[in-house]
Formats: sequence, structure tokens, C-alpha cells
Amino acid sequence: MNEITDIVMVGLVLTCLLLLGSSRLGAYIQIVAGQGVVTALVPLVMHGAEVGLQGIVVSAVTLVMKGIVFPRLLFRALYAAGVRREVEAYVSFPMSVLAGVAMLACAFWLSWRFGLGETVSGLAIPVALLMVLTGLFLIVSRVLALTQVVGYLTLENGIYLLSVVLVPQQLFVIEMGILLDAFVAVFVMGIMIFHISREFDHIDTQAMDELADWQRSGGEER
Amino acid sequence: MKMTEWLQSIVGLVLAPLMVGVIQRVKAWMGGRKGQPLLQCYYELWKLAQKGGVYSRASTWILRLGTVAVAGVLMMATLMVPVGGTRGVISFPGDVAAFVLLLGLARVLTVLGGLDTGSSFEGMGASREMLLGVLSEPVILLTFAVLVRWTAHASLAEVCEATRGAAWSSEWPVAVLLFAAVWVLLLMEAGRVPVDDPATHLELTMIHEVIVLDHSGPELALMQYAHALKMWVWSVICVNMVVPGLGAWWKDLVCGVGGVFGVAMGVGVIESSMARWRLNKLPHLGAGGLALVLLAFLIDMWRG
Repeated sequence: MNEITDIVMVGLVLTCLLLLGSSRLGAYIQIVAGQGVVTALVPLVMHGAEVGLQGIVVSAVTLVMKGIVFPRLLFRALYAAGVRREVEAYVSFPMSVLAGVAMLACAFWLSWRFGLGETVSGLAIPVALLMVLTGLFLIVSRVLALTQVVGYLTLENGIYLLSVVLVPQQLFVIEMGILLDAFVAVFVMGIMIFHISREFDHIDTQAMDELADWQRSGGEER
Repeated sequence: MKMTEWLQSIVGLVLAPLMVGVIQRVKAWMGGRKGQPLLQCYYELWKLAQKGGVYSRASTWILRLGTVAVAGVLMMATLMVPVGGTRGVISFPGDVAAFVLLLGLARVLTVLGGLDTGSSFEGMGASREMLLGVLSEPVILLTFAVLVRWTAHASLAEVCEATRGAAWSSEWPVAVLLFAAVWVLLLMEAGRVPVDDPATHLELTMIHEVIVLDHSGPELALMQYAHALKMWVWSVICVNMVVPGLGAWWKDLVCGVGGVFGVAMGVGVIESSMARWRLNKLPHLGAGGLALVLLAFLIDMWRG
């Protein structure tokens, strides 16, 4: 069981690095969906035979949401927006991947300083913190609005993994709360992206830092 | 035993061109063709060795000495590398550093020989080869640093002995990540797809082939042999972590050689399924290899 958890943790680290190094929007959505599915399966792997009905229900709902519903919503927003499915970044892709490794080093140091004690895998807390940091990095360093949603979802995956690993019994409230949070966010952001792209004909956040009618009316003298 | 050391080194020196044949056959098979004979590289080396060399008027003794030196340096590196756990003929504490420096020296001599011909094509190939060096040398140094730290040995033979079959043991995360990193290094150093397509002879897209554009006859034979040796050396280091130890030295040797040809088949499959990347994407591959090695380092430090 420990071995499988270790395999899962190393796999999650590699998905984070893949997210940081990827430049295709379709790949972003698929990788974060895969990450969500793997994270949903971690409680089942951790608790093994003692998983109760509540655990199975929570894992199943999370799996369906993160593996099917969120990617569908995001792909629909992507096709409706009709943008070129390539991501531009403020930080170049090789530097993002190396920054991801630096973030992993930070995550190791942080979890050593937290001193939270033994969990199912020595790598679990650092990997969860890495996913949180990767999500934040993606939000800040990528240009398109859709990648900000993907970064937010990675952040939620990291928080979910941290709660699953640290809280010994599976608290229904915590996990359902995180899931509801993520669902509402994706739904609302999907609608927003559609409206943004219809208004501006693009979802490039670099061009969104001025009011549209300010630009049209020539603006004021500064 | 001395005899086993010499035997496995001679196996390396003799079987390296067969790797090239295996890769070509796998590519042909995946393309639905029958392909060249497996020993084609040996026939080519023999044919080239019989011919006389034609030298450009701008070239000097550096070209002739450089090719011989490249082959000699890489033959020394082959003598250092342990196949299947048997230590090589040249083995002393700290020879990991000597190994890395030998590979760097081979690259410098290749580039000097290319520049000496005075042609602009070789100059372009030389600058690209040095770019590859810039991208791959941090990964090489870090890989050996992680290996030395992980096994607490400083000799290549002892490091390989300690990590043999480590991918199946409890230390598998570090071993698997290092295997992936050395595979990336193999692609970069041996000039295989996606770094450089050995089948293309358009000057704008070649890297290794263009440096040897003005080499002919025996010099070309030596450079092709040296190229095959480079591939052998990196395949041995790559497969060392995956092939488990079996007990008897000859069983290990056979398994090690089988593993190397398995790597050759994997390289052939990758070459048939991908296209060569644009040159400005090479830093992405370098960063990917560096990230894998750094991951292995962090996980090793966290666990150890």
C-alpha cells in the first residue's frame, strides 16, 4: 500500500511538471482532469479495506466531477470562445519547469518546518504543497483566462490532497465543501470566459487592463 | 578477475556498431520494410578504412589528429564503463569525474576537427554541437552527482554495481527518475530524434552529420565508430539501473548486453514515431532532463 501511494505521489509530481511545461490548452485541461482523478483515488488507496460507504461515495462524486464534469465545462468554454489553443506565458516553459523543481524544494522545506508527523507517505505533504504552488504559479504566469481556471483547479487539487492526507477520518463536510467550491468556480468562470470572448474577440488578459469604452472614447489626458 | 574486465570491455568495443544496425532495422521494420543487414555499419567502416582520405586545402594536422584522438578518447571511455556489473579495465576511485571530462574532451575535439576544415557548414555544425554541450553538461554533472551521493561511492564501477537493478528495489523513485534523465541524455549526446535526425542530410537541419561533412576515408570511419561508441556508453549507464543482478558474471554480462540492445530498440521505436524538433525547442528537452535529475536529487535528499 505504501508502494502504491509512493507511485501515486511521484506521478502527481510529474503531472505538475507537465502542466508547467505544456503549451497546448487541450493538454492543460486533460492533465488537470487526470490529476483530479488520481487525487480522488488517494483516500481509497490510503484506507484500503477500511473504507466505508461514506468514503466510497465521496471518492465517486469527486471522480465524476473532476474527471468528467469539469473537463466538459472547460472544453465547452474553450470551443465556444474559439481561440487559438496555444498558451503564451510570461515565464518561458523551460524556466517554468525549473521553477516547478524549485517549488518542490520549497515544498520539502516547508513540510519539514511544519513538522506534521507521519502520514501515509513521506512525499504526500510536499506533493500537496507543490500542487498548491504550481496552481498559483500557473495563475500568475500564463496569459489566457482559461489557464487561470486550470491553475485554480490545480490549487484545489492540492488542498484536497492535503486534507485527505492530514485528517485521519474522512470528514464529509470538508471534502464536499472543497468540491462545491471548485464546481461553482468552474461553472462561473466558464460562463465568464464565454462572455469575455464574445465581447473582446479574445481571452488574452494582457489586453484587458484598460476599460473598453475608455479606449474607444480616446481616453483622458493623464 | 582481470579476464572478465578485458572481456566486457572488448565486447563493448566490438558490439557498438551493431547497435546502429539494430536501430536501423527497427526503424525499417516499423516502416514496413526489410531494411539494411544488421552488420551494415561494420561493412561501411571496413569500406571506408580501405579508401584514401581527401583533405580540403584549408585543413591542417588538427583534423587528422582530432579524429584519431576522438576515437581514442571514446575507446577509453568504453573501457571505463561497466557492462552488467563487471568493472571495466580502467577503474579507480574518482573516475566518475574522469569519465565526464573524457566525454567533454571528445566533444571539443570533434568541434575542433570540424572547424579546422574551414568550411562554413562545419562551423554551423560546431556551434550547434556546442549548444548541445551547454544543454547536456549540467544534466550529466548532476546525474553523476546524484549517483555518487546516493551510493556513497566515487568510482563508476562501484556506482553501477550499487545501483544495479535499483528500479525494482525500494529505492525505485530515484532510480526511475535517473533512468529517464539518462535516456534524455542518450538522445541528446548520441544525436537521435528528437534532437537530431541522423537520416537527414539537409545542411540546414543536420547537427552531427554536418561536422563530418569534409571527413573522408579512414577519418570518417573513425568518427562513425566514435559516434557508435558514444551511444554504447550512454546505453550501458542508462540500462544499468533497470537490469537486475543475476549472480554469475557471464549471466550479468549477457543481460547487460541484452539490455543495451533493448535500449537500441527503444531508440529505434522513438525515432520511427516522432519527428525531429525545431532547434529552438532543444532547451525544453534540456530543462526536462534537468528537472528529472533535480527531482531525483530532491527525493533522494528527502528520503536519505
